[in-house]
Amino acid sequence: MKNFFNKKTITIILGVLITYAVLFGLISANVINSYYKGIITFSLINIILAVSLNLIVGFTGQLCLGHAGFMSIGAYVSALISQKAGMPFVVSIFIGAIVACIFAALIGYPTLKLTGDYFAITTLAFGEIIRIIIMNINVVGGARGFTGIPIKTTFTVAFVFMVISIIVIKNVINSSQGRAMLSVRENEIAAESMGINAFKYKMMAFVIAAFFAGLAGGLYAHYAGYIKPDSFDFNKSIDYLTFVVFGGMGSLSGSVIAATVLTFLPELLRGMGDFRMVIYPLALILLMIFRPEGLLGDKEVSLNIIKNILPDKKSKDRKEA
Amino acid sequence: MLDVQNLSIVFGGLKAVSDFNLTINEKEIVGLIGPNGAGKTTVFNMLTGVYTPTEGTISYLGEKIQGLKPYNITKKKIARTFQNIRLFSNLTVLDNVKVSFNYRINYSLFDSIFRTPKFRKTEAEIIEKSVELLKVFSLDTKKYELASNLPYGEQRKLEIVRALAAEPSLLLLDEPAAGMNPQETVELMELINWIKDKFHISILLIEHDMKLVMGICDKIAVLDYGKKIAEGTPEEIKNNPKVIEAYLGEEA
Repeated sequence: MKNFFNKKTITIILGVLITYAVLFGLISANVINSYYKGIITFSLINIILAVSLNLIVGFTGQLCLGHAGFMSIGAYVSALISQKAGMPFVVSIFIGAIVACIFAALIGYPTLKLTGDYFAITTLAFGEIIRIIIMNINVVGGARGFTGIPIKTTFTVAFVFMVISIIVIKNVINSSQGRAMLSVRENEIAAESMGINAFKYKMMAFVIAAFFAGLAGGLYAHYAGYIKPDSFDFNKSIDYLTFVVFGGMGSLSGSVIAATVLTFLPELLRGMGDFRMVIYPLALILLMIFRPEGLLGDKEVSLNIIKNILPDKKSKDRKEA
Repeated sequence: MLDVQNLSIVFGGLKAVSDFNLTINEKEIVGLIGPNGAGKTTVFNMLTGVYTPTEGTISYLGEKIQGLKPYNITKKKIARTFQNIRLFSNLTVLDNVKVSFNYRINYSLFDSIFRTPKFRKTEAEIIEKSVELLKVFSLDTKKYELASNLPYGEQRKLEIVRALAAEPSLLLLDEPAAGMNPQETVELMELINWIKDKFHISILLIEHDMKLVMGICDKIAVLDYGKKIAEGTPEEIKNNPKVIEAYLGEEA
């Protein structure tokens, strides 16, 4: 526990609290109108999705093309439970997340044993299958969508869950389990020869990622109040993948920045009318040309970057802790 | 401690290795040599579980280990390096070594997420042991560098450190001197000998550099076309007509 209250941790806690206080203050004071408040909340949910997808795609190196599928499971299950069974909001989104986990385990078990593209294709198919199944379930409204979900996701709720997601995933990555995931990404054969059960850690990463996707789905359902199967189609999965690639595979802070920027960008460009559809892809193409590894590559934003700029103060504890 | 009996593997119609026998005793350095394509690396891959042998048995410290998965074989205290370096290139030198501790960690995912005291204690121990090991190989000054940024010779060294971090009692080295100059090869020879004594382990190595093999091996086995054609001390191997034939061809 000795380094729990060190400078770095305190700075981070302060940073998070200040961000929250500023945003909350601006919202309460109506400086940020409800339209932007909505986008902010939405980007918080997107951050959870991007960060969790990064765990499986960026850190474990397994391409998952069905993240929206897990999100939809979380969304529908939690909406169903909170609306029809009247369960408390938090309980319902956790149940939704756990159901998403179970599906991830079922898909991961046969496909993560294989190497190559099988996993990507299976998750792609899974996303579509889930969407079509939901479309045909009348209890949840079928293709018409699920209406009348109690709106419970406030800015504060989304913010708290975002912080929790980032902490959990960061702690997983900076542990022996996380190192095992990274080693599987780097070289599966070498990892296995060093005593790493590659399948086990791929499963672990995938199930954790699905859990947070489900959680984000639950938050989304209780934020929008209305969900329809089409909101979770293949394009959505690709959107989340774009966040991860844009921010840098293997960088949590990159995912956070990318999810925020790319959620806001289309909204900010709304005034430009149809040009919006040109600028967004153009931004992506330019990034891929000039920074193919994404905004941050696999680096994290840290205080040491600032320290490194100052001369004579070489930071030695980069990447430690 | 290692006893290989009648080991064979068939790929399609090709018998890559047939009826291979080998025993390795404690604190012994054994060389496995042979022309290119003789099946040396295939033997390695069977010993480490990458391939499952079609026939034969591998017993290690009295336990049958053939057909086990690579990660389970590591747990039985056999570690290896690779012919073509397979480091975790985008991880730091330190992290490369820390990975090898994974199978012995005593904390769970729960401990990782909540950063329990158990987690902190184990992680501190892992770092301490890794740095200690890196220090032995004078790589500790580069512990925060990415593995891919190390010069070639040090990458080879790091692979050995990573394998040793898994605490093996048998170390398999696949062409450790490949790409090294004569000076580096001599240093490597000394290093291998020193590792054997310092860590009290046995070593099986594949190598093309005859000076190295003849210089440090207690015993040499020669493979040609998947069959063992000779086994013995370096002196015996040097004068074995079959070996000379395999390497230089038949006299006209």
